[in-house]
Amino acid sequence: MLKVENFSVSFSYNSSQLSKKQVSAITSLDIEVKAGEIMAVVGQSGAGKSLLAHAILGILPRNAHTAGKIYFKGRSLTAQRIKKIRGKEIALIPQSINYLNPLLKVGTQVARAARLSGLKNRDEAKQAAHSALARYLLDDSVAKYYPFQLSGGMARRILTATATVGMADLLLADEPTNGLDALAAEEALGHLRELADTGKAVLLITHDIESVLKITDRVSVFYDGITLEVANTSDFTGKLCLRHPYTTALWAALPTNSFTSPPSQATTPSNGKTGGCPYHLHCAKHGPDCADELPRMQELRDGLVRCHNA
Amino acid sequence: MFVQLYRIHLNRRSRTLVTVISCLALFAAVFLGAWLYGENGEITNLQLRKLPPSWEQPFGTDWLGRDMFARTLKGLRISLMIGLSAATASAIIALILGLAAATLGKAVDTAVTWLIDVAIATPHLILLILIAFACGGGAKGVIIAVAASHWPVLTRIIRAEVLQLRSSAFIHLSAKLGRGPLWIAWHHMLPHLLPQFVIGLLLMFPHAILHAAALTFLGFGMSPHTPAIGVLLAESMRYLSMGLWWLAVAPGLTLIISVQAFDILGNSLRVLLDPKTCRE
Amino acid sequence: MLECRGITFSYDKNHKKLFQDIDLKINPGEIVGMPGPSGQGKSTLAKVLSGYLQPQVGTVLVDGSPLPAGKNPVQLIFQNPEHAVNPHWNVRKILNEGGIINPELSKNFGIQNFWLDRFPHELSGGELQRICLVRALCSNLRYLICDEITSMLDALTQAGIWHSLLQEIEKRQLGVLVISHDNALIARLCSRVVHFFEDTGK
Repeated sequence: MLKVENFSVSFSYNSSQLSKKQVSAITSLDIEVKAGEIMAVVGQSGAGKSLLAHAILGILPRNAHTAGKIYFKGRSLTAQRIKKIRGKEIALIPQSINYLNPLLKVGTQVARAARLSGLKNRDEAKQAAHSALARYLLDDSVAKYYPFQLSGGMARRILTATATVGMADLLLADEPTNGLDALAAEEALGHLRELADTGKAVLLITHDIESVLKITDRVSVFYDGITLEVANTSDFTGKLCLRHPYTTALWAALPTNSFTSPPSQATTPSNGKTGGCPYHLHCAKHGPDCADELPRMQELRDGLVRCHNA
Repeated sequence: MFVQLYRIHLNRRSRTLVTVISCLALFAAVFLGAWLYGENGEITNLQLRKLPPSWEQPFGTDWLGRDMFARTLKGLRISLMIGLSAATASAIIALILGLAAATLGKAVDTAVTWLIDVAIATPHLILLILIAFACGGGAKGVIIAVAASHWPVLTRIIRAEVLQLRSSAFIHLSAKLGRGPLWIAWHHMLPHLLPQFVIGLLLMFPHAILHAAALTFLGFGMSPHTPAIGVLLAESMRYLSMGLWWLAVAPGLTLIISVQAFDILGNSLRVLLDPKTCRE
Repeated sequence: MLECRGITFSYDKNHKKLFQDIDLKINPGEIVGMPGPSGQGKSTLAKVLSGYLQPQVGTVLVDGSPLPAGKNPVQLIFQNPEHAVNPHWNVRKILNEGGIINPELSKNFGIQNFWLDRFPHELSGGELQRICLVRALCSNLRYLICDEITSMLDALTQAGIWHSLLQEIEKRQLGVLVISHDNALIARLCSRVVHFFEDTGK
């Protein structure tokens, strides 16, 4: 469905002396999502995860430069093509209700999303909005609410309804569990699973690896702008199944596991290009090559990993 | 081609800076030009009456043989001065009212909000004419009228900005870290308000200048002896049918260009002062 | 000891009470956990305890006396650090707002020198949260209220921040209230758990 190859995003900034500076936000990203599966992109905050969704939708700020390939349904996703199909074939489930218009009733906004996704007829759109809301157990009275009147869980359902009212085949979910308590989070993720089971492809972007493991098929681990590992959900069980030291550390750092943090908490300056593995400064296993050369993506135990020592 | 070069060689910040500097240079040129021409624009020369634009008289001459370029420069200077003083006075009113509404409690806030609504609900030009007429016309009347009618929008912005600042977490937190109200006002509030204020002021100039010209054009402003742009335009009306198009076109265009320059200046400063866009 | 007695709070008189008659004591050096789902008033209680909001009934006492109006020995750390800093300031100025920075402290929290000239929106959430913690710890702080301070962060960053913070809590014998919806995190950190709000579990 979606394939992203060696994709990078950089920004040109001006430092105070008016000189231009290139800051790379995503260095090398590889992702593949198939129809009917959920791919979770997991990484630290500030690793450039949200930029990925914005890049796919073609809504990056104007000082951003991209390189690499994005394929959607086998064809290259160009700037012109994404303009035509975003909202129709690719839909975003945004982070928060800040993405809704605060002055419009939510029912109207869902109907509007339906019309933008290609339903020309006003009544048809209304009908589609009605059934989308019903699908998420929201009765008609909710359609008359304004965004600020929604609780966290209800807002989630509205956002999901807005994205799925059309016929989108690929859904991008940006941090779907933020600000939700355990129950509401479980419900929101359950809805994503249902969508994937009906044959849609879901790209789930999150920092919360623990809660998404229950529903995702595969996990792509992203660190400092680089995809380090693509693992199957079943790898996150015991030890030794995970491929990259960063993934192992991330998994171990969960409070339910051993809550350990690596000895050095120094984060590398993301703009000071080292060229090597982005994790080598914190890595217990790092060898001489790690600082100089970015490892190539290699297949390992039915997954992918970028590590010299894997 | 030229535009392309401009795009490639300069990034957004430098482009904005160049724009700001060119706008400032334009205004400097107007004032300098008006000063250099001195009395020239007032001299009548009946041999050179009604000449269309040429190399010697780029804006042509009028029915008394006066050089229109010199008159336009002087007119523009007068209009700019009046616009600037009116807009500054108006911005100061807005600052005081906006701060008062946001800090002095509910009664003051209600009163100020009501005043804003009244001022916005009154038809603009009628309000201007009434005040200018009541003040007896002339430069003073125009300044008072424009100052008294342009504050509501900026007042609203300042009030909203201060209210929002007063409820933001980092302001409360600053107090909990032991900072006094004056320190917070100076270090937290001012840096937020100042750009809003300066930009509001800059974006008010074009309105003020245009309205000053409009008032004068309608005859409620300056006397015919002060050649403000409005006066020039009003006079040219009588000669338009005789084919003396340059009398209206040249001063009108310069007025539009200067007004546009202020607008661009204000918007460029907004880009430069916002930390989110200043490094783009 | 940070103590609150019989606290009742509602946002306006006609509104229903968010919580009623809450008693809580936090001793120096003690880490108390408060779990519960969102939207039930945990954050409001945190704001009452740190003096941001005044309760309708009841008092908050720190070492026997009411909370001071100015510099506060009880500091609240927010879930979203980007709201807790002035977006127009650079990081250096933000850090120095509470007092002189202790270089050893900022080293423990992994604060890098090149961050200092940046604006808040140029740092990640985890980096900014470290800045907020160091800023609070540089004042004459004795009690810390942590309202979901790592729930927006990944597990590794979360563990890193808490390990730095635990060292400091231990060294200075700070009293801490940890508010989180993550029961596993609370179990890791806290010596005592209070249940004021209905717990749905995770």
